[in-house]
Amino acid sequence: MGYNHRGIEKACEEKTYIQGLYLIERVCGICSHAHSTCFVQAVEEIAGLEVPRRAKYIRTIIGEMERVNSHLLWLGVAGHEIGFDTLLMYTWRDREIVMDLLALVTGNRVNYGINTIGGVRRDIEPEQIKAIVKGMDKLEERTKYYIDLARKESTMLERLSNVGKLSKEDAIRLSTVGPTGRASGVDRDTRRDDPYAAYDEIKFNVITDDHCDVYGRTLVRLKELMESYNIVRQGLKQLPEGPITVKAPRKIPAGEALGRYEAPRGEDVHYVKSNGTEMPDRVKIRAPTLANVQAVAHMLEDGYLADLPIVIAAIDPCFSCTDRMIQLKNPLTRTKKTVAWEDLRLKGIEWYAKKGVDFSRLNRKLENCLG
Amino acid sequence: MAIIKKIINWGRIKSPWVLHFNTGACNACDIEIIASLTPRYDLERFGVLLKGTPRHADILLCSGPVTKQVECRLLRIYEQMAEPKFVIAVGSCASSGGVFGCCYNVEGGIDTVIPVSIYIPGCPVNPQALIDGLVKLLASLEGPSPCMKDSKARDDLPIGKP
Repeated sequence: MGYNHRGIEKACEEKTYIQGLYLIERVCGICSHAHSTCFVQAVEEIAGLEVPRRAKYIRTIIGEMERVNSHLLWLGVAGHEIGFDTLLMYTWRDREIVMDLLALVTGNRVNYGINTIGGVRRDIEPEQIKAIVKGMDKLEERTKYYIDLARKESTMLERLSNVGKLSKEDAIRLSTVGPTGRASGVDRDTRRDDPYAAYDEIKFNVITDDHCDVYGRTLVRLKELMESYNIVRQGLKQLPEGPITVKAPRKIPAGEALGRYEAPRGEDVHYVKSNGTEMPDRVKIRAPTLANVQAVAHMLEDGYLADLPIVIAAIDPCFSCTDRMIQLKNPLTRTKKTVAWEDLRLKGIEWYAKKGVDFSRLNRKLENCLG
Repeated sequence: MAIIKKIINWGRIKSPWVLHFNTGACNACDIEIIASLTPRYDLERFGVLLKGTPRHADILLCSGPVTKQVECRLLRIYEQMAEPKFVIAVGSCASSGGVFGCCYNVEGGIDTVIPVSIYIPGCPVNPQALIDGLVKLLASLEGPSPCMKDSKARDDLPIGKP
């Protein structure tokens, strides 16, 4: 709808790469590390930089902790949408553990600002490693409780089963990504299929589920939490010694690259085109919600209106990532136009008039009543 | 009458109901607002309740820079709130436009559209900072000079703007 559209892609073109990085981080306040890493990877590929292994591991660890944060947050929101507010309060309380750890390691609860072109800005100290391992153990115990809850609690079972059905064929046809696709049995995960950061040296399972409904999406996210704890632990164990950053040139050579990153919501894609100056020529962001949101219309078919909030929430939508402005270009007359609210309103009236529904008399009555 | 005014003021301080409105934020401030309502920070101990409609709210928590599309909605929501009303600009973007100041679809901070009582900076705001800001606002209500901006006269607000 454009309420949240700020025009970040365009603004990036007027900023240097480092400035743009901080702007890109603020595309979304939940998967901020996902966006910045994705952008940085694309820029590093153009510049031909070899990122130190320690930096790759730190990126992986922060990325997984962000996934823990995001999935716990989602579980709470889903609980709220089905009227199970106790779950919201429980999960958000536990989420504070990982928020504290993120603040400890990066210095900020959200928008970590840890990435820079050619590495990371902060190192992980031995005391922090101890704190993270301790936090992960605690969270693992809590997550086991939530998985148990999701399997036994009748509120969740009955409210989530057979809601928002999406078959495997439809999931592939509508190009769903991330947990939404994996819950329909689509075995795709960028971390395994196209490893970035340190994922090629870490063992983990890709969680899929064949429930094909909101319940399946809940289970996938909960089990992914358990995998995330393992990845963080492995990363901390294997954390290599060495520098955390390499010197990056101010001017990035001309070229183009595509960054891929498995964000908590699905695959995030950044396209960067450089022209040899300090500023990028074009930055294109395809956030996971944009890929998933088309499937929602299909999920809602033959459903109840009361299921609408949870079905929309089940793809874990992030509208600040997704919100776009549409400009219509007429190739014949070479004119551009945007669709304003008034145009949409008129189009709505026309559409209903074609179907034989006319609200004009009712409107006039209302206007008379209101004076 | 003075005693009635005092009782009303006491009631206002003890139950500041808030409406949260995202004017184009990146979600980070919104999440922190919700986080400050959950058990760790628990804003509810100050009587804060999150409300779904501006007509029930005393305080408008605005997060994010004002985008062009959201501007008239923000005005409409502000108009629907009952007097006296307070506006809190949550986050750097809401205070001044922040990193999004240069974006083509962004007007600037909340104060470019409606009067703001309290600015809470931070990207995103820390829940502690949010609590501090809110408590400062409530404390000012007890004193002689409450943190209240005169809401503009009805005619001055460009309500008719599409």
